[in-house]
Amino acid sequence: MNFDLSADQEDLRDGIRALCAGRFTSERVRLGFDQEMHKELSDAGVFSLRTDGFSWADSSIAFQELGRVLVPGPLVWTHLANGAAGCEGIVTGVESWPDQSEAVANGEHRVMVEFGAQADTVLGLSNEGVVCFDAEAVRRAPQIDWPLDPLTPVSVLDKFPVGELFLGPDAAAQWRLGGAVLTSAYQVGMAQACVEIATSYALERDQFDRPIGSFQAIKHLLADMAVRAEVARAAVDAAAVTLDDLLTQDSAILSEVVRPVAGARVLAGEAALANAKGSLQVHGGMGFTWEMDVHLYLKRAWMLNTVFGTPTQHADFLAATLTTASG
Amino acid sequence: MDLRYSESDELFRDELRVWLKSALFSLGSVPQREDWDERVRFDTEWQKKLFDAGYAGMNWPREYGGRDASPSEQMIFLEETTRARAPYVGVNFVGTLHAGPTLVAEGTDKQKEEHLPKILSGEEIWCQCFSEPGAGSDLAGLSTRAVRDGDDYIVSGRKTWCSFGHVGEFGELLVRTDPNARKHRGITWLILPMNLPGIEVRPIETLLGSSEFCEVFLDDVRVPVENRVGEENDGWRVTNVTLAFERGTAFVTEMIDALQMAEDLAPSVVDKSERRELAHVVAELDALWALTKRNVSQAAQRGAPGPGAMMLKLAYSQVRERLGEICMRVLDRRAFDIHDFLVEERLRTLSLPIAAGTSQIQRNIIGERLLNLPKERPWLLESK
Repeated sequence: MNFDLSADQEDLRDGIRALCAGRFTSERVRLGFDQEMHKELSDAGVFSLRTDGFSWADSSIAFQELGRVLVPGPLVWTHLANGAAGCEGIVTGVESWPDQSEAVANGEHRVMVEFGAQADTVLGLSNEGVVCFDAEAVRRAPQIDWPLDPLTPVSVLDKFPVGELFLGPDAAAQWRLGGAVLTSAYQVGMAQACVEIATSYALERDQFDRPIGSFQAIKHLLADMAVRAEVARAAVDAAAVTLDDLLTQDSAILSEVVRPVAGARVLAGEAALANAKGSLQVHGGMGFTWEMDVHLYLKRAWMLNTVFGTPTQHADFLAATLTTASG
Repeated sequence: MDLRYSESDELFRDELRVWLKSALFSLGSVPQREDWDERVRFDTEWQKKLFDAGYAGMNWPREYGGRDASPSEQMIFLEETTRARAPYVGVNFVGTLHAGPTLVAEGTDKQKEEHLPKILSGEEIWCQCFSEPGAGSDLAGLSTRAVRDGDDYIVSGRKTWCSFGHVGEFGELLVRTDPNARKHRGITWLILPMNLPGIEVRPIETLLGSSEFCEVFLDDVRVPVENRVGEENDGWRVTNVTLAFERGTAFVTEMIDALQMAEDLAPSVVDKSERRELAHVVAELDALWALTKRNVSQAAQRGAPGPGAMMLKLAYSQVRERLGEICMRVLDRRAFDIHDFLVEERLRTLSLPIAAGTSQIQRNIIGERLLNLPKERPWLLESK
């Protein structure tokens, strides 16, 4: 056991961090996801990490870095689908969709697809396995003209196309776990970035003739944020490492990885959300403006808390692993 | 990052399991909280058993009776002793988790040889004499005086919240040796033999109805200069070594016990929203356990634990509070009996966000040392 980052993992982290600092500045990120960004991430190997021999833990480290600077795009789906036959280009996906009869009967069965207009491949996760949809139909669908997160465009489909099963239930189960870990990793990066951004603001913003970070009211808020991010990071790293350990065994026992993954999802989802709000509070009136990045972290946290199982669902998954009265 | 244990680690685990089974079988039942004679006998007997079997001081140097164990073995020891429901460290808390580690880091060779093996073997019980009626969160504002007189310091003052004060044979004592220096610069750390003339110990009754700590009155007590740990007036630095241990490691056993408690409680938690809340508590305790593994790994690899060590006590206090409240709701009217272990624990853990630096002080430390935020301006300067 050595739960410290290895030298290679530190290099990976520093490499992705340098990539982000150079290519994904706030100005660039605010322009949103596009083909060029997808190509740069792809060339940097972000999507092919696991097919290139890296682990879930390594991928988790990379996604923490992407989350720090809010790199937009359907990054988790594209990463999960890498190497799967027929999943080229930009990949997005959904975790629930109505069957055709429901869609016809009831107009309320609208499906929201993030980055639907840009996707080359649209996938879905069901109990039967991984399903592939007609991406062209999704690309044609109308988009929300003002999405909650301005960096996450959303397509809305009243009628969802019929899908075609192309990977079995084991793959779907693994994608759910991996997707939960990478989404959580991304959120931990966001939570950590909120600590750093709010701390530097608290050092430069003066009120009552001193930096507001000297006041305990602000300092304690920031300390709680730092703890939240660090605890969630330990949970995410542990979940990723456990995923690696179990999947390399011949008989992968997915049930044993449910608890750490669910725990990571609960804590990371909470940390991203609570730290974005904490950052908003530290920034005061400036935190309420479009100009600052604070709201982008908050809005992304809300959106990501709806994917690969909500933190509430994962709390229930975790609860189900604990003993019940009936044993 | 690797959480797997090697084959030799698993061998260590197997040996430990076998030993625990027989050692616990021959141990009597846990004494009542108020029966201090029996508590001392029980706790020190367990410590002696650990020592004789080579399991005391897992991360201490071998030359002083420790095991100098690898991070993996330290983790396995914690996992297995908890799983086997071995006794908690009890009256050996200050010695094994607080004073001992300070002596390892800062003591003279003579002090180490004299005390460390006895602490590990349960032959020496230690207590803490840090806080004073006028120096709680502002510990450096302490006023117990020590005046040099030949080979002795003559110590007078009053200490409070002295854990295990009425059973301790030695105390870790903080005194002011330079009243003219700035408050952090005039403090000295002394080993106080509790049988010296001029010491009076008065137990304080806590909200548990028992005496977990004491007041200690010092009246011209002559403490030999050779009992000084570190240099004269360098006691604040030495103290921070001690406090770093307390915040980073001393709560780990308790934390993993809490995880066991949460799992044990699970069958009694039926309501869906309460089960969700319990799941949240388990998620946090699992994460703190992972953070502990990270701290221990980093301490072994880099010589110092990462920032997580500074956070552990604050985070644990908070999650333990939530677990305690779930316990009370689950117990419902059964909680009327204070002798129920869960009720007793709910009451005992009310001290967690206060002892060893309040949660507010912990946040100051995280804010100032980790995030490099400036200190708040002193109040006295403001009013002038």
